[in-house]
Amino acid sequence: MAVEERDPHSGYMTTGHVWNGIKELNTPVPRVVYAFLIATFLFAVVYWVLMPAWPIGVTFTKGLLGIDQRTTVAEKLDEAARARSTWETRIATQDYAAIQADPQLMVRVRQTGHRLFADNCAACHGANAQGGPGFPNLTTTSWMWGGTPQQIAETIRVGINATHDQTRIAQMPAFGRDQMLPREEIAAVVTYVRSLSEPNVARTAPPGQLAAGKEVFAANCVACHGEAATGNIDVGAPNLTDRFWTFGGDLQSVFTTVWGGRQGHMPAWEPRLSPVDRKILTLYLLDLRTEVP
Amino acid sequence: MIAQLTSSERQTALLLCAATMALGLVMLIAGLDNPFGIHGALVMACAFAVMLVVIAGYFAPEPSPTRLRQYYDDPSKVGVVLAMAWVVFGLFVGDWVAWLLVYPDLTFDAGWASFGRIRPVHTTSVIFGFGGNALIATSFYVVQRTCSARLADQVSPWFVLLGYNLFCLVAITGYMMGVTQSKEYAEPEWYADIWLVIVWVTYFVLYMRTLARRREPHIYVANWYYLAFILVVAVLHIVNGLAVPVSFGEARSYSAFSGVQDAMVQWWYGHNAVAFFLTSGFLGMLYYFLPKRAGRPIFSYRLSIISFWGITFFYMWAGSHHLHYTALPQWVQTLGMTFSLMLLVPSWASAGNALATLNGAWNKVRDDATLRFMMVAAVYYGITTFEGSFMAIRPVNSLSHYTDWTIGHVHAGALGWVAMISFGSIYAMVPWLWRSQAMYSARLVEVHFWLAVAGTIIYVMAMWNSGVVQGLMWRTYNESNTLAFSFLDSMVAMRPYYIARAVGGLLFLIGAAVGSYNIWKTLQMAAQSRYRTQADQPEAELDGAAAALPGE
Repeated sequence: MAVEERDPHSGYMTTGHVWNGIKELNTPVPRVVYAFLIATFLFAVVYWVLMPAWPIGVTFTKGLLGIDQRTTVAEKLDEAARARSTWETRIATQDYAAIQADPQLMVRVRQTGHRLFADNCAACHGANAQGGPGFPNLTTTSWMWGGTPQQIAETIRVGINATHDQTRIAQMPAFGRDQMLPREEIAAVVTYVRSLSEPNVARTAPPGQLAAGKEVFAANCVACHGEAATGNIDVGAPNLTDRFWTFGGDLQSVFTTVWGGRQGHMPAWEPRLSPVDRKILTLYLLDLRTEVP
Repeated sequence: MIAQLTSSERQTALLLCAATMALGLVMLIAGLDNPFGIHGALVMACAFAVMLVVIAGYFAPEPSPTRLRQYYDDPSKVGVVLAMAWVVFGLFVGDWVAWLLVYPDLTFDAGWASFGRIRPVHTTSVIFGFGGNALIATSFYVVQRTCSARLADQVSPWFVLLGYNLFCLVAITGYMMGVTQSKEYAEPEWYADIWLVIVWVTYFVLYMRTLARRREPHIYVANWYYLAFILVVAVLHIVNGLAVPVSFGEARSYSAFSGVQDAMVQWWYGHNAVAFFLTSGFLGMLYYFLPKRAGRPIFSYRLSIISFWGITFFYMWAGSHHLHYTALPQWVQTLGMTFSLMLLVPSWASAGNALATLNGAWNKVRDDATLRFMMVAAVYYGITTFEGSFMAIRPVNSLSHYTDWTIGHVHAGALGWVAMISFGSIYAMVPWLWRSQAMYSARLVEVHFWLAVAGTIIYVMAMWNSGVVQGLMWRTYNESNTLAFSFLDSMVAMRPYYIARAVGGLLFLIGAAVGSYNIWKTLQMAAQSRYRTQADQPEAELDGAAAALPGE
């Protein structure tokens, strides 16, 4: 039983229905609603005519403007590559020294290298390239695989212990866990190794331990780290006489390294970054390098 | 509660519990070595707990036949309590995730606490846990009042409510164990999906049966929206969930779709989940509680029709705007964009209809925080739908996509619209449900309102700024024609906004906790009879007409 009544506030009639006290007015739809419906619909129709829009069987309406997002992207990428090519070709063709001597090119290297490094390398080596536990500081002069431009570029290209078939391979054996050395000898060699870079350790070591450690070192470590413990970049053995440590230089860390061994990992970037990008990264790292003894 | 069930209904309930326990046992045995089995144990435990409740009330006297002359509100009551529990839990996890983005160590080195796992715990808890329970509770309440008829039976509402909560529980515990099918807002694996289908079809049948018993010649607008919500969510869920399990004893499956088709189906689902779960259902709430609380007739029945069919028709096409500038063919993107633009008109018509309904009652909006919750919800609904259509425009999307702007947009909708309309409706419904004269404290409702508004504004503003900054940083080129900023640079720029967002979220969480306390005190107050009001009844009863409802 619908009984319409007039709403005193708005002056409109109700529809006459009541649901648990709720009524509805029969107010006409405001014109502006129709106007906007028509306007948005007309916009849609125009857009459909101009752009790819409706499917027809196995194809679709291409639109009068002939715009295709794939072509657009490809064109924009080409355009950007062309704009970059003026300086990128110079980076690709000139040798490192020439580029480093060219302040204008080095501006490009710093701008682009910052972004390349942060997006690809910073996750391990840190945003400022100073490394962290397990990942070497790249701003020093100490490089496990060599610090010449060519050596750095090669490390970036093939990675370390990576999946690349020419990858650099290095492994520090687990002298303790694999029962190659007894605990006392490891303790001695750890003290000896730490004394090479920390004069304090040499002063405070128990008598005889340094000599014992040196003996153990000569028998087990020199093959990779060298007689003088200055490392060997051919096998990625770090210099143990400087102040730089990848896995930490405190007693506990060095002991853990000798006891359990280490096998760092760096991905090969050849499959992911272009030769120019890798060269920019190399130059960027060389540029970051600060002369620290 | 069990006393309200007849003895045959109690037996049915026990049988259902036993069957669910048996199902859990089968799962436990089939998946002993993986999370599937753990979920089996969880299903068994939940079914057993319900069984204990039924057994405890099993020998209570038969309910009086006069119950059939009244509305059946027990499931709505439990639904409200569950909704409030879920919202406090879900907002807590959400704020934790927000702080996690500020302090990445807040995972405490636990796998289950990593961002990728607790983020869906947050979204599922607030959308499905809170939103879903609020929708189920209010839909049961509203359909009875607007049809002047009692729910069609007394067991299936419980099956729907408890079964749905079991689904939510299985979903979030699964994420924490790494169980996911990796589809946003559709993460639960195949067995949870199948269970939800059973629950949802029961919900649909119950709703239709109740509508069929109505004594009103017309079906009220709120019911159109609730029904659209129930029906379309079933369709979306079934299609997007199509998958082949790796085995029937494992919590893993392969989607029936692959590649860009998979993406298209997922976002057809995803955007229509926004449309029919987070919009349609809550518009149903709005259409009942707002005019009821304001004491005003709906501004325009005709506008309701345009809005309803406009929203229902246009939304279905809009999903592809989530895949602008992707491998999805451009013509599909065009359709998604243009239909999203046309969608703005019916969306604003709904918001406008709600606000115009308040004409003649703005003094109540000023004085009553409950009604103000609903008013602000309608405003946010308008803001969010405008923003959504705007972001669907391809060039705008090229800036906003993948940035925090999207997060801001979602939360303008989720906090400003969905949560506000739910809180408003719950504050209106709680005294009516428990027959208390009013909420325990109108002041605390006021406190909750301002915490919610402040939290939402801080959150949304932070994410808008953050998103635009992010989008601009990602597309800025330097004079070398290479990108000026790394992703890391943009992360550093985000940090202050992340802190602001977490603070906004915290305010919103505190508001919800205040609301829960207020509701809890109201229930205690209602338990004292001197505050009791009369139960409302089907109108025909008040007229002294038919004694019992047909079919009972």
